[in-house]
This record gives sequence, C-alpha cells and structure tokens, in this order.
Amino acid sequence: MDYAPSNRNSASTKIVVAGGFGVGKTTFVGAVSEIDPLRTEALVTNESEGQDDISKVQQKHTTTVAMDFGRITLAENLVLYLFGTPGQRRFWFMWDDLVKGAIGAVVLVDVRRLDDSFAAVDYFEAKGLPFIVALNQFDGSQEFGPDDIREALAIPAHIPVIEVDARDRESAKKALVRITEFALTQLTGVAASA
Amino acid sequence: MAPDGREVAAGPRLVRPYALTSGRTESVVDLPIEATFEVSPSGRTATWPEGDLSGQILDLCAAKESVAEVSAKMHIPLGVARVLLGDLVTAGHLKTRTTISENTTSDERRELIERTLSGLRAL
Ligand SMILES: Nc1nc2c(ncn2[C@@H]2O[C@H](COP(=O)(O)OP(=O)(O)O)[C@@H](O)[C@H]2O)c(=O)[nH]1
Ligand SMILES: [Mg+2]
Repeated sequence: MDYAPSNRNSASTKIVVAGGFGVGKTTFVGAVSEIDPLRTEALVTNESEGQDDISKVQQKHTTTVAMDFGRITLAENLVLYLFGTPGQRRFWFMWDDLVKGAIGAVVLVDVRRLDDSFAAVDYFEAKGLPFIVALNQFDGSQEFGPDDIREALAIPAHIPVIEVDARDRESAKKALVRITEFALTQLTGVAASA
Repeated sequence: MAPDGREVAAGPRLVRPYALTSGRTESVVDLPIEATFEVSPSGRTATWPEGDLSGQILDLCAAKESVAEVSAKMHIPLGVARVLLGDLVTAGHLKTRTTISENTTSDERRELIERTLSGLRAL
C-alpha cells in the first residue's frame, strides 16, 4: 500500500451497537451522539437461496442494508463513531467489514425477544471481538435482571451484562465506558498470556 | 427510508450507483468506515469537471467527515464512497488518518483505547 496514516495523533475509532430490529440501536446512538444519527446504505448483491423453479438459474438480488451511525468528538484529535447494525445472521458478511478495527460491541437485548440477540452474541463470540450485553429496559421488562439474561443467553462469567436505558444519555454513556474498559482488560489479558 | 435491518428492493433512486465509479466496486485502498482524512495541498487546489463528485467529497473530508459521513451526506452507497475516496487517496489528494487496523501495534491499540476511555469518562 502506497499511503501511510498521516498523523499518528489524529485518529478515529468505533464501537458497534448490535441487536435485533427495534431493540433500540438507533435510540442508543442518538442518545450519545453529537449529531443526529445519519444513515449509510450498503448495496448488497446476494445469490438468492432458492433457485428459480423453471430455469434453475440462481437469481441475484440487489438489496440495500441501512446502518445508522453517530459520532462523539472525544478530544480535538479523537473521534468515536457508533454504528448501529442489524443483527440478523444474513448480514454477517457485512459485519466482517464493519467490526474490523472496532474497539468492541454493545449487544442490546430486549427481554421480550431474547432470540433476536442470539445471532449477535454468536457472531462476536466467534470473532473474538470484545462485547458486552446491555439489557434495554422496555416498560414491563423490569422483572428480568442481568443474571436472568446471562443465564438465558449462556454468557460467560467474564463478559459484562448490564442494564441500559437507550433513551438516556448517561445510561448509554455508561455502557460505552463499560465496553471500552472491558476491551482494555481483554488487551491486558492477551499481553499477559503472550 | 427503510428502518435499519430491513431490506428494500433497490428503487429508482439507486439506479446503477456504480456508474459513478465506472462499475468498479472495490476500492484500491482499504478504507475503514470510520476513517477520516487529511486533504493535501493538491486536493485543496484541484478543480473538477461539472458533475464530478470529487470536489464535494474533498470538502466533506476537509471538515473531518469520515467515510460513513461521505456516504450518508452524498447519498451514495458505502461501497461507492469507498471507491471514490480510494481514488482520491491514490491520486494523493487525501491521506487517511489513524484508525485501528491490522497494522496497528498493540501499544498503539492500547493507547487509542485508553484515550477513548478517558474521553468517554470526561463526557
Ligand atoms: N421504553 C423504551 N423504549 C425504547 C427504548 N429504546 C428504544 N425504545 C423505543 O423502541 C423503538 C425502537 O427503537 P430503535 O432505536 O428505532 O430500534 P432499532 O431498530 O434497534 O434501531 C422506538 O420507538 C424507541 O423509542 C428504551 O430503552 N425504553
Ligand atoms: Mg434503527
């Protein structure tokens, strides 16, 4: 590659906010972002899973996958981006690109639809990307706490499971602090065992 | 617009977006979605033909906008933004600023995460 980063001190980085549809990703991003969440779209051409019955020719479909994101300027020379990503398994190929270089991920969970979060947990576990699980407390879900969620999702003991109100800036901020702290301890872990 | 996570058929708005890149879908340089840029002197002085998006893209880059923002604000798909930005990098008009990549040393990675953490705590 014939280019090099021009300024060691001026940097941007990212944290991924993942979870099922309607779990509060955009709300979370909007709560802490300094800009109204923006939307970027990726064009995706997939071979359709089924085959055309008559011709037996595989069909290609071009679809659009939208992603909301926000930004936080943390210092004059440091910007943090937050990307809210659709959690379904069929988007995994897109995540490979998105999570490259991410500090870590916050997996938002709605207790009423726990299974929506399986794919995200599976993915980050498989990738070895540091992640935390954040239980978004929708009205009426307060009867389930982090311990219940940890058990239901079989989250290993070292991975933080917290509660979050995606609408609340302080709460969302706390979740970001938590994933960043956790990512740091994971680094230390790697260094210590190396 | 479709809520995130939903697929929508490519509508008329998205007619051949890769026409903007002469059909190229791969950027020549690897550009993380969060990457921001420094505009070089040549990028500041270059002039562009009518209809060329480069001028607007360079303006966004000068305002420290990332690959993601170039895509969002220019209303072009991420892949198209990457190809166009990659061309500007290759032409020497843009230089990418630091992100975490495969080339990042573990010390640099730690330093960046630590800076992020103290920034978040100070919010
Ligand atoms: N009660 C409650 N509603 C929420 C919370 N977070 C999000 N919502 C609502 O849930 C809906 C879906 O949120 P959205 O952020 O669009 O979900 P996304 O699909 O994951 O981006 C919106 O109507 C939000 O206002 C929360 O913490 N508590
Ligand atoms: Mg959303």
